[in-house]
Amino acid sequence: MTISLNEAVELVTLEADLLDHDGFREWLDLYVPDGLYIVPIDPNAATFEGVLNYAYDDAHMREKRVERLLGGRSISAAPPARTVRMLGRYRMLEASDETCVLRCAMTLTELRQHRLREYAANITYTLIKTNTGLKIQNKIIKLLNSTENLTAISYIL
Amino acid sequence: MSGQTDPRAFLGPDRADGTIYNDPALYEMEMERIFMRNWIWVAHRSDLPEAGDFITTFVGAHPVIVSRDRKGAVHVMLNRCRHRAATVCELSKGRTSSFVCPYHGWAYGLDGALRALPQPAGYGDLLNKSELPLVGLRVEEYAGLIFATFDPEAPSLDEWLGAARPWIDLFMKQGAGWPVKTMGEHRFTFPGNWKIQLENTTDAYHFPIVHKSFLDSVDRETQDTFDFVEGSGFVEDLGNGHSVMVMIPELVDLEADLDAPIPERFQDLADALLKDYAPEQVRRIVRAVGGSGFNLNLFPNLACSMAFFRVLRPLGVHETEIRHIAIGMDGGPESGNQARLRLHEHFQGPMGFGTPDDAEAWDRVQRGSVAGRDISILLNRGLAHEEAGPDGRLRSDVSAETGMRAAYRQWLASLEAGPGPSLPAQTGSCSHKAAGERV
Ligand code: FES
Ligand SMILES: [Fe+2]
Repeated sequence: MTISLNEAVELVTLEADLLDHDGFREWLDLYVPDGLYIVPIDPNAATFEGVLNYAYDDAHMREKRVERLLGGRSISAAPPARTVRMLGRYRMLEASDETCVLRCAMTLTELRQHRLREYAANITYTLIKTNTGLKIQNKIIKLLNSTENLTAISYIL
Repeated sequence: MSGQTDPRAFLGPDRADGTIYNDPALYEMEMERIFMRNWIWVAHRSDLPEAGDFITTFVGAHPVIVSRDRKGAVHVMLNRCRHRAATVCELSKGRTSSFVCPYHGWAYGLDGALRALPQPAGYGDLLNKSELPLVGLRVEEYAGLIFATFDPEAPSLDEWLGAARPWIDLFMKQGAGWPVKTMGEHRFTFPGNWKIQLENTTDAYHFPIVHKSFLDSVDRETQDTFDFVEGSGFVEDLGNGHSVMVMIPELVDLEADLDAPIPERFQDLADALLKDYAPEQVRRIVRAVGGSGFNLNLFPNLACSMAFFRVLRPLGVHETEIRHIAIGMDGGPESGNQARLRLHEHFQGPMGFGTPDDAEAWDRVQRGSVAGRDISILLNRGLAHEEAGPDGRLRSDVSAETGMRAAYRQWLASLEAGPGPSLPAQTGSCSHKAAGERV
């Protein structure tokens, strides 16, 4: 059966909730082993391997990123920023029995050291059916201000 | 303003006062006397490879266009229309044959010459186009690094870079025989004074502390490579505020020691490259991909920092922009360049495993520096065993603050050199005045 919008939204909402509530270990399990977590700089880039990104994480790098957040040895992430994110404006761009592409909007508010910051992003998920349920094949987070001057983002978008 | 500000009051030979990061009048003086008089890095040759290519950037607070004209010459021009001052170009980069001001349509060539304007009859004979080019700065290039200055009396770039030049040559060996090219950048700001960043690229002392979480994320071999604070590296004052900090002596000359074993983390890359390249060239590429073992600090705004360019720009007393520009092999193997990009992403930028921790430390320096009165920032590490070599250049151990002392000596020399009498006349205001008299 074709993957439904509801199934897809359920997964990405779970991801958002885990990331806002320090569920980083469980977050890792939402991805397939060859999945990618990408935060591009160039909003028009269609492929990301050959260009500079903010993050281009395979399973190994995702694992390292989580260890960094939980390890308490990074001064910019000890304690990590607190975040609240809202997803919405869901649209299924493609869907089949096996896989689907979901695009949505995210706004995220961050609090760290008395500073509140806001981010907005377009997110494109490619999701894939596996034996253990629907998983994330890749997640591409296009920050609205990706080509502007940013400040440290020591958490997972 | 600068009449009352005495830069000496902020600095001793081995210490600075905390107000050096906080004084608004001092900041104004720095912007005039350092960022308008020293050579400021503006671009790498590969940012504008072809005729007609341009980028927009800044020299200190001044927006500029860097362009390559038909004959291949590079121009650095104020991004300011000679009519009523509108910026003539707001694209960050592109290719063009002219710059047309969007306000009233004055059109300038790639060399800044005013070529045409709408309805010229409205000026009668009041206006001589040849007197109203975009105001040009002096431009010189060394090894692909393009610098500009407002100061007609500044020494030549060669002279200014001096003893730093051989280190630039070594740094460019990261092209593995191909020219070096830029490959994108991470750009971010931190709420602090620019000199906090200036100090950081010649500060090996912080590495094992601030970058613990980065070191946790790499393999054992890489951890050993980065365990340099008690190693045989050194910092050397190269004159004119420049300095080099050698962290990994084995990686100073990337073309030496090609027989050294390939680090395990690059073994897959090396194996893949063997399909297309001879073993000797593979070793050369792999060593280049790993980056250089030193940071070369070029006063005031560029560091050739291990494997990337670090460029700083003061935005205000308490706001600084930093760019970490990735570099690679222009014409070299895609797989090698991709490996470099992934290494850059791993450490650098707002989501890297290194930069955010650096930024947090700088942020704290800024916040702490306003506490109390008359409390020194210490710059004396490594002074006890600092020695002048046969060439007279001061040298100390790798975690010494020799490079900071060198930068601050030039900082003071620049500020004490004064505003300089010839500055306004030579930078195009001369023709400005002529136009002013006639219009
Ligand atoms: S301000 Fe540029 S043409 Fe008038
Ligand atoms: Fe650092």
